[in-house]
Amino acid sequence: MNSFAGFVIKEFKQIYRDKRTLTVLFGMPVIMMILFGFAIRNEISNAEIGILDRSKDEVTHQIIQKLEATDAFQVRAYLQDVNEIEALFREGDIKEVVVFEANFRQKLVREQRADIQIITDATNPNLANLVQSYTANIIQDYVKALNSEDQIEQAGIMPKVRMMYNPELRSVNLFVPGLIAVILMLVSTLMTSISITREKEMGNMEILLVSPLKPYHIIIGKVLPYLVLSVVNVITILILAIFVFQVPFEGSYLLFFAEAGLFTLTALALGVFISSVASDQQTAMMISLAGLLLPTVLLSGFIFPVQSMPEVLQWISHIIPAKWFLIIVRGIMLKGSELLMVWKETLILIGMTVFFIALSLKKFKVRLQ
Amino acid sequence: MPEYAIQTENLTRKFGDFIAVDHISFEVQKGEIFGFLGANGAGKTTAMKMLTGLLTPTSGKALVTGRDVYTEAEFIKKQIGYMSQKFSLYDDLTPRENIRFYGGIYGISEEYLSQKIDEVLEGTGLKDQGDKLVQALPLGWKQKLAFSIAILHNPKIVFLDEPTGGVDPVTRRAFWEQIYEVAEQGITVFVTTHYMDEAEYCDRLSIMVDGRMDAIGSPEDLKHEFSASSVEEIFIKLARSAKRGDG
Repeated sequence: MNSFAGFVIKEFKQIYRDKRTLTVLFGMPVIMMILFGFAIRNEISNAEIGILDRSKDEVTHQIIQKLEATDAFQVRAYLQDVNEIEALFREGDIKEVVVFEANFRQKLVREQRADIQIITDATNPNLANLVQSYTANIIQDYVKALNSEDQIEQAGIMPKVRMMYNPELRSVNLFVPGLIAVILMLVSTLMTSISITREKEMGNMEILLVSPLKPYHIIIGKVLPYLVLSVVNVITILILAIFVFQVPFEGSYLLFFAEAGLFTLTALALGVFISSVASDQQTAMMISLAGLLLPTVLLSGFIFPVQSMPEVLQWISHIIPAKWFLIIVRGIMLKGSELLMVWKETLILIGMTVFFIALSLKKFKVRLQ
Repeated sequence: MPEYAIQTENLTRKFGDFIAVDHISFEVQKGEIFGFLGANGAGKTTAMKMLTGLLTPTSGKALVTGRDVYTEAEFIKKQIGYMSQKFSLYDDLTPRENIRFYGGIYGISEEYLSQKIDEVLEGTGLKDQGDKLVQALPLGWKQKLAFSIAILHNPKIVFLDEPTGGVDPVTRRAFWEQIYEVAEQGITVFVTTHYMDEAEYCDRLSIMVDGRMDAIGSPEDLKHEFSASSVEEIFIKLARSAKRGDG
């Protein structure tokens, strides 16, 4: 046991000596969290809009007030004529113009309908879409209120939309579980595979294998420090998420850490597997980054929902561990899921972990035969 | 007590159809410096891997320190030291930490290790450099240190795989003096090299061609047998007959 402890101490020393990597390892979760939390948002805030109000009655006035009352919009310009719209868009700052037709209130009362035209700058389609649906929502809400108060009869069906579990549609709530997956992949898979292949490249592995140290001692000794680092990183992200970004945490912390631990094991097993295939650090890095990290970011549902992918990609996404982890963690954090609700996904992760450990053990043996 | 440090009989290793090592039989006496020569791809590395327990032989017999490589590999591992061409020190650790680490994995006790560390640092002239990172050391010192580490646990045999690759002649000479010292302590030295002048320093040597062992004996005997004036001449004669290319 003395020799194994020495091995682990040496690993920690080497990680600690490598200040640059250390900075990246501990800085990355914080920086990524801030980037994803603040910069990359699916919600809008302070989008500048213009208003062309040809009616200027009580109703349009109220709608405009509603629009202005949200954080989402800022009314920048009141137009007088349709011709001004294009010029305004060309200036570039205005994302949307809301046009009320003439005699708005009158029409609404008499014909039970009045038209509002929403014109958006679709050079950025995502933003245009968001801005437009936000506006529509606000107007819908207003009309609903109007219905009950003023008894203006409304024809047709009013859809009632309710967003469960994430009512404000805050993207940071969705990103946090994804970020945990990505960081764990980076720390556990990438760093482990690099650190093992470095031993191979430098020729140290040969010496270790000739020594009385058992192969599984070497693997566990290599993996243990990164397991510790991963836990530290998960805690960092969680603290930032809860205290800085007010991400709700509905479920049990115990279950969360158990699942995060399981996913870390999956990632570590992958790292060990990669290092048994790759002969040098560069190959290990390429496989980890291109073969694992990219699919994790793109196909796991981290940013793009799996359901809206083409069927082929949906199938591929099944073999990505992070996809299952995301379902579990989103469930725990946002819905308060218990183990009973995520046992299938948990089982899949356990299966994957066992599979990769078995595969790398086999590889390791073959190399020694 | 085993009579020989290493003893093999028809030791063979195949990779599919390829016969890397083809029925080699030889003995290495205790305490001698045994040179293991051969062109690239002749099967030296494979043979060495079988003797150090990294590879299982396909067939044949091999005893290292009198122990069977098939069944007693774990025991053999404690009895041998190994140093590769790459020196295999950790660049981002100090010499002191490197010694402590390798001593640790061989299970050397803490008190003995502390004493040993000072001894090695003194012996290699690295006393003042003991706490600097290894990456700052010149190649010659790294080599000395790596060798000292390989024999830290007092092995019966030390395997040196091209230990002088990329080192200048003066340093190489100094290194061979270190080898002689170690041999005098009774440690058997099993060394591979591409430098023919070094081959002349060995007590006995063998030359491998295409997986076979085509020559074995003391440098003098071999020169006589092949009517050549130097080991280099013998080597080239034998290597030219090889059918395998590099690899």
